[in-house]
Amino acid sequence: MPNPIPSLAVTAFTVTSALGQGLEAHRVALGAGRSGLKPNDFSSEPLACWIGRVEGIEATALPEPLAAWDCRNNRLAWLGLNQDDFTGAVHAARERYGSDRIALILGTSTASIGATEEAYRRLDAQGRIPADLRRREIHVPHSLTGFVAAVLELNGPTLTVSTACSSSAKAFAHAERMIRLGLVDAAVVGGVDTLCDSTLFGFNALELISPEPCKPFDRARRGISIGEAAGFALLERSEAASDAPRLLGYGESSDAHHMSSPHPQGLGAELAMRDALARAGLEPTQVDYINLHGTASMKNDEVEAQLVTRSFPSTTRASSTKALTGHTLGAAGIVEAAIALLAMADGAVPGNAGCDEPDVHCGPQWALRNERQRIDVALSNSFGFGGNNICLAFARAERAP
Amino acid sequence: MSALRVHVDGVGLWAAHWPHFHALREQLAGQTVSPAERTRPPAERLPANERRRAPESVLLAIEVAGQAIDMSGADQTQLACVFASAHGDHVITDYMCSTLARAPTELSPTRFHNSVHNAPVGYWTIAIGCHAPSTAICAGHTSFGAALLEAATQVQADQRPALLVCSDIAGSGALNELTGCRQSFGCALVLSPEKGNRSVASLQLRVTAGETPVTTSPSATLPEWYTDNASARALPLLTLLARDGGRAALALAPAMHLDVHTEIIQ
Repeated sequence: MPNPIPSLAVTAFTVTSALGQGLEAHRVALGAGRSGLKPNDFSSEPLACWIGRVEGIEATALPEPLAAWDCRNNRLAWLGLNQDDFTGAVHAARERYGSDRIALILGTSTASIGATEEAYRRLDAQGRIPADLRRREIHVPHSLTGFVAAVLELNGPTLTVSTACSSSAKAFAHAERMIRLGLVDAAVVGGVDTLCDSTLFGFNALELISPEPCKPFDRARRGISIGEAAGFALLERSEAASDAPRLLGYGESSDAHHMSSPHPQGLGAELAMRDALARAGLEPTQVDYINLHGTASMKNDEVEAQLVTRSFPSTTRASSTKALTGHTLGAAGIVEAAIALLAMADGAVPGNAGCDEPDVHCGPQWALRNERQRIDVALSNSFGFGGNNICLAFARAERAP
Repeated sequence: MSALRVHVDGVGLWAAHWPHFHALREQLAGQTVSPAERTRPPAERLPANERRRAPESVLLAIEVAGQAIDMSGADQTQLACVFASAHGDHVITDYMCSTLARAPTELSPTRFHNSVHNAPVGYWTIAIGCHAPSTAICAGHTSFGAALLEAATQVQADQRPALLVCSDIAGSGALNELTGCRQSFGCALVLSPEKGNRSVASLQLRVTAGETPVTTSPSATLPEWYTDNASARALPLLTLLARDGGRAALALAPAMHLDVHTEIIQ
């Protein structure tokens, strides 16, 4: 078991998803239990399924000096960065610490692969990528992080985490280690993933996509609904902002079981949750809310439900919010971290949308509808392909050790 | 900031002419190294049926990981895993984009699940039964420097050994005009916080602002293709490890580099 670590202040955060742009749009949608899922109208040959599409990406234009980075994913990153004065907060941190003392660590599963897909649909007569898309920077998995470094004018260590659906949650762990060792004084973390043919047709080929809006933890769930999102957070040492919410800890593990299905007893997920509690110096009884991974796939929800039911008291509230946003893959970790932070700020437990009749493994912890309750400590689970797990632990400032 | 200090307990290597770290050592010592037969990396830690089906990206990463573990004698089930690749599986990306352009519903489910950037580390943890934390990262052409810093950070932050793998296969198809990766290259290091009886070197890493200065002495012996493959940018460090130690500068970000001081432990 790891030792407790000093907590970090989350001095700014923002999220943009199918629920809208910025925190207030999310607060309103979560309060009303309004889903952003709509029938799929993405791609030239839309599959019969539901998606969480962000309005306004097509109409977004990058400023001229950044034009070489233009693609759907970087446009969504740009939209996301320009909410909630996030760039202003990073600018202030840059003034305080210097641009080379801030790390930039972002998670994504597909980066700008959508641009590469488009290039292949429009190969020229010689079989070459068409001239307008012959831009090296948008055809690499590091595209997102390169773009955001340029936007935020950060010169510190930069890293793209690409562990499928745990990517942007793991960015917090990478950043915490760098700050603790004094490599940097602050870190911008987060992630962006956009709708693209690779994931829509890929998950379709794996028969994991639901033909109806996803229903996490419902007995009649039929698979996932894919969404797109961007989210960012600024992490600093806790002395920097005594009243900001805290990252208390995290736990990471590997299932060592199967590439695309979870360990049947939830071994890896349990290790991640236990390690997060140990690093945060918490007992399960102290956890007020858990934002679950809850994808609405048959196996994930069954395993996660059993784990939460056996590990936490009935006072712990638990829910998945993927029926509202869709599963935003590499961005899911930051979206759900932001939702957990909002829940703490507002004393509002989001209901487990999409679930009418809970899976038999769901215990008394399930918050099926919205609840009002003070939340001092919140966890957020993210599990990815390849059995890659992470659990993040957050707390209100006054609750932090 | 003070330097991060870690120990190297094992090294793995697979590339043209160097099917093993010893081959690089022998070549640098002036011996003639016979060209490697261009077979697939053996990747013996994968179960035989997985080995037959696995893409080259997975075989390459698992081969060098296994070599580094064998040299270190470390308990492979306990090591945190940091796997890096600038491009992931180029060949699968080319297949996926071609198929999606032509007949999207014919996309192969297996190729899709092998396309995720963390496929090699996923196969590794499954093959050897490792429940330790694992990650998959990239940073464009600075992927090796960024990955070395990340692995050393994990070693120091959690005071536990870690396995670093950095690998990129040769590209194919239309995309390769932009990525230009012509040769496969993979390397691995087992890093530990304390000097052990198998330690071969100690590294002092210092994060340094400014563009990467050119490392002169080792690069004279490096093949002309080494800068085309982001993972092969590990070669200046690997040549120091294979010879007498010394300093290398590794790119970390556009305006930042890692100053590495290598001391060989006899």
